[in-house]
Amino acid sequence: MRVLVTGASGLLGRAVAREIAATGHEVTTFQRRASGVDGVTDVLGSITEADAVTRAVQNVDAVVHLAAKVSLAGDPADFDRVNVGGTRALLAAATAAGVGKFVFVSSPSVAHSGSSIVGDDALPADPVHARGDYARTKAEAELLALAADSPSFRVVAVRPHLVWGPGDTQLVARVVERAGAGRLPLLDSGAALIDTIYIDNAASGIAAALERVDAVHGNSYVLTNGEPRPVAELLAGICAAAGVRAPAWSVPAGLARGAGSLIERAWRIKPGADEPPMTRFLAEQLSTAHWFDQRRTRADLEWTPAVSLDEGFRRLAESYGHG
Amino acid sequence: MSLRLPRAAELRSPAILPPHDLDGLDPVFSRIVSVPGESAADAVEWHLLDNAGRLADLGVTPVGTILCVHGNPTWSYLWRKLVSQATDAAANGGEAWRVIAVDQLEMGFSERTGVRRPLEQRVRDLGALTDTLELDGQVFTLGHDWGGVVSLGWAVDHPELLAGVMLLNTAVHQPESDRIPAPLRLALKPALLGNATVATPAFLETTLALAHPPLPKAIKAGYRAPYLDAARRGGIGGFVADIPVDERHESFAELTRISTGVANLTVPALMLWGPRDPIFSDRYLDDLIDRLPHADVHRFEGAGHLVAEDVDYAGAVLTWLADGIRSSEESVSGTPTDETERAPLWHYLDEMRDSDETVAVDMVTPNGTAPRVVSWKLMSRRVRQITAGLAAVGVKKGDRVSLLVPPSADLIAVLYACIRIGAIVVVVDAGLGLKGMTRAVRGACPDHVIGAAPGLSAARALGWPGQKISTAGYPAAVRRALGVSHSLAEIIALGSDERMPAAPSASDTAAILFTSGSTGPAKGVVYTHAQLCAVRDALAAQYGVGVGTGLVAGFAPFALLGPALGARSVTPDMDVTSPKTLTATAVAAAVAAVDATVVFLSPAAVANVVATAGELTDDDRLALAGVERFLSAGAPVSERLLSAISALMPNATAHTPYGMTEGLLMTDITLDGIREAASEAGAGGVCVGSPTGTTRVRIAPLDDTGRATEDLTEAPDVTGEIVVSAPHVEDHYDRLWLTHRASRRGGVPGERWHRTGDVGHLDAAGRLWVEGRMPHVIATATGVLTPVGPEQAIEQLHEVARAGVVGVGPDGTRQVVAVVETVPPARRVSLATPGLADAIRGVVTVPIAAVLVVPKLPTDIRHNSKINRSMLSDWASDILSGGRMRTP
Repeated sequence: MRVLVTGASGLLGRAVAREIAATGHEVTTFQRRASGVDGVTDVLGSITEADAVTRAVQNVDAVVHLAAKVSLAGDPADFDRVNVGGTRALLAAATAAGVGKFVFVSSPSVAHSGSSIVGDDALPADPVHARGDYARTKAEAELLALAADSPSFRVVAVRPHLVWGPGDTQLVARVVERAGAGRLPLLDSGAALIDTIYIDNAASGIAAALERVDAVHGNSYVLTNGEPRPVAELLAGICAAAGVRAPAWSVPAGLARGAGSLIERAWRIKPGADEPPMTRFLAEQLSTAHWFDQRRTRADLEWTPAVSLDEGFRRLAESYGHG
Repeated sequence: MSLRLPRAAELRSPAILPPHDLDGLDPVFSRIVSVPGESAADAVEWHLLDNAGRLADLGVTPVGTILCVHGNPTWSYLWRKLVSQATDAAANGGEAWRVIAVDQLEMGFSERTGVRRPLEQRVRDLGALTDTLELDGQVFTLGHDWGGVVSLGWAVDHPELLAGVMLLNTAVHQPESDRIPAPLRLALKPALLGNATVATPAFLETTLALAHPPLPKAIKAGYRAPYLDAARRGGIGGFVADIPVDERHESFAELTRISTGVANLTVPALMLWGPRDPIFSDRYLDDLIDRLPHADVHRFEGAGHLVAEDVDYAGAVLTWLADGIRSSEESVSGTPTDETERAPLWHYLDEMRDSDETVAVDMVTPNGTAPRVVSWKLMSRRVRQITAGLAAVGVKKGDRVSLLVPPSADLIAVLYACIRIGAIVVVVDAGLGLKGMTRAVRGACPDHVIGAAPGLSAARALGWPGQKISTAGYPAAVRRALGVSHSLAEIIALGSDERMPAAPSASDTAAILFTSGSTGPAKGVVYTHAQLCAVRDALAAQYGVGVGTGLVAGFAPFALLGPALGARSVTPDMDVTSPKTLTATAVAAAVAAVDATVVFLSPAAVANVVATAGELTDDDRLALAGVERFLSAGAPVSERLLSAISALMPNATAHTPYGMTEGLLMTDITLDGIREAASEAGAGGVCVGSPTGTTRVRIAPLDDTGRATEDLTEAPDVTGEIVVSAPHVEDHYDRLWLTHRASRRGGVPGERWHRTGDVGHLDAAGRLWVEGRMPHVIATATGVLTPVGPEQAIEQLHEVARAGVVGVGPDGTRQVVAVVETVPPARRVSLATPGLADAIRGVVTVPIAAVLVVPKLPTDIRHNSKINRSMLSDWASDILSGGRMRTP
């Protein structure tokens, strides 16, 4: 099968392209920079350029769509342009080119309104209540993708939750950098249970969705390790692997949420060089439970995560040279 | 009494159909039926819900009809769930019941005739309607509030159609001694009546506010729909005015006719009751049970007047009806009889009436003097005198008597007198606390209360029902204050002729014991005489207690059986409400007082006895050396603690039986047996030994969601709910028909099986292992887990004192959480250190999502030793979803 993977220059995109290629499929990638993955064909271009998108989907059987603007801050219009506009253009181009399978890589935050998630299965994407521009635009895009599902154009949405692993610039690098600088507090007691997914498991889960799309199209699935842990334990595990001190001071979650919204607003007026140190969304993520019912995901996708949380921490430590 | 209602009550308007958008009400069931009168002008129109049309569409023939009558100020909307559920059941291939729910005339959407309708008229009206509907075959009536009275009036008048009666909170009789309930007295004040009921919706709104939990807006709107203005509320006022407050009222005669007729009904009866009802309190339920003693009764603790909104009454009604059909098909009574001929509980008191041997010793006496020693001769005479005296003041067979007497010779005398009369002894464990005791006593509705001062003043202050008899004599003022009608001394004097009433039979009810589960309110467990005799015989056989055995009775249920066993029993000096205060010295003194060879203690007491062993004198130790059997019942006792107490009684075999209030002695294990079991690694659970002589144990295996199935098995190594059978298993739960039914689920027909609510397995040697309580089973995504095995593994770690393993999250995908007390104890709640969390994850085979450290694990209110895992699970769920780090 010829498979187009968009957004293959990010940590997850690269891992997905590698995983799918390894199973014997012919993989083309589409993003602005070289993917750096061996054995795949890079097509360079932006998801916001219609012509480039149309070129990319020619002669492929399946598309795995990861390209997105992922950030905790930024101009809302940018999120709309890339995440919603880009997905709409890709869906149109793919159906026009006769592509039969489409895996939309989404995020559990599309159905998250800020309250705890305690063992829920994937709920419908909800752009109105999603928190932050990233979640809002991913929710809109997921709804677009699933609306395009049909017997001839089979769409499945998968939502990996908090992907981490060696080389991760999103979660791991942020945690390590802030903890190293002593700027990472725990919110409240740090006891909220959070489920995450190790990078290799996320890649194999997405590849499984591609293999199973004919049977499961039209659905959304959350992907996790199925091993929720208190957030303080997760942060401590990451810090230990990286050889930095774990956060030892605590901030009331309510205060952090309040500060988060203030900082968020200030950042819109006068953005800093980096993203804001705290946002309301981040404060909610770190102080409320987020774990999911994985029974349907595992049964439908015929997939189980191969790398346990503890093995993941071991591999992370190895990558920092502490193995 | 003449009561004027506003003019609005006299306005006429025809029956109409309800609006189509009422929550939960399917318009397909609504119809209007015209009932002809003597002249055309007398014809009246009824609105009713009727699923006959739907059943015909489905092509099914009803097995019978349920005729539902609402009260004041509701309407047939009250029965909407029953109409729907019955119809759905028929559509799904179940038995088809036709449900007819009427709007009484002047009420709901039925006609406003402008005519006053006293009770007699209403009963006639309903008969005229069923004539028009040409009802035939089996009719079960179902009524609530004053609709209960009307439905029973119809039932009394239609024996040819009547198959059974079903009631939600209602009343057919106003006890002479009591005034009608305060809220109704208020509404009946002439100055208020019209305003409260007709001119304003006050009466309606007050009723709608009685739901627990509060009614949703949409349901309230449904109830209000037919009563939106004064012209439509005349019937509400009419109903209140029709309450027969005294014998001069025009409806008094009809109410008396109905209440008398009800007492003659022999058809099956069901009562579903919400005790939180300011109008129809438990005393009315008690009155109805007196009239229909064969009724199946379920009191829904926490539910109130609108019991139909508070609980799933429709499911209960349909279940009961289906059971009725099944039992008539099988024609098996389902209540097995114990064939063994057993001597009555009091037979030693007759046999040894002339013996000077000791039967009981009180270590504590009111004036603090030396222990009081009572001979068989004296006890036997006292029991006869009290029996005759109580009979003289009206205590009779079947009456319920609440005993609020601390363990003592007095308690034994009063207890055996009640037993001899055939009165039902209500025993409430003081460990339930005042609130729990009050709830239990109110629910049991005793006819008499016999107690000491603290119990009686509580009874007075909390309004417990029943005639009050005090064990001590008090000055007149105190007696008045306590509401005491007789003292025990007076009872004894009254009974000096020792005239014995006829003895009860083996199948008569003897006692109701109130137990506290680890969740929920106390349940009354009913024992017949035969079953209590079987408890006695099981104890005698298992522990060799018989005539002349010296027995230290430190565990309440067994303490009372001393005289029935022929034993010489002594209650040690202890605070019965706090067994953990019992000292080693007090045990030794009690042993010495009766040369005891057998010692029964509650598990909570064992730890303190061990802790205070240092105070024992050489004489004390010598006395303890004479003990041959030591027994701790009620909750598992650790091997360590049992070893420690065995060291104090070096010649005793230590036993811990497994049982519950519903079955007091199901299995037994000795300390050696415990040690042997402990050496078998990885069995998972607490070994409670082998079934006692006449007991059988089976297992109801668990499904993926952690629920126990019905296919009982005796196969080894299958984990499931523990189900027991024995002659000494209880008869039923008091006024908890649904609970009783659930406790018998899957039982073998013709045998009495009880579901214990405990989970465990049998091993190849036939020993039973307990793995926790059913609600503590953790249904994870990868299978069902019971907590005791992993808890034991975690407790092997030297840094852990005690562990509780609980689940958080939805059933079927629960995450496992370990909550531990550490060595040394933590001062506040926190996440475990990475080192401790790793150690704990290292010793268990299941994935542990989180490890929490607490200063102290919550334990069951009654047994200091049982971890309250339900509470712990709720607490952990809150903390692990981002809640505050509070103590559990």
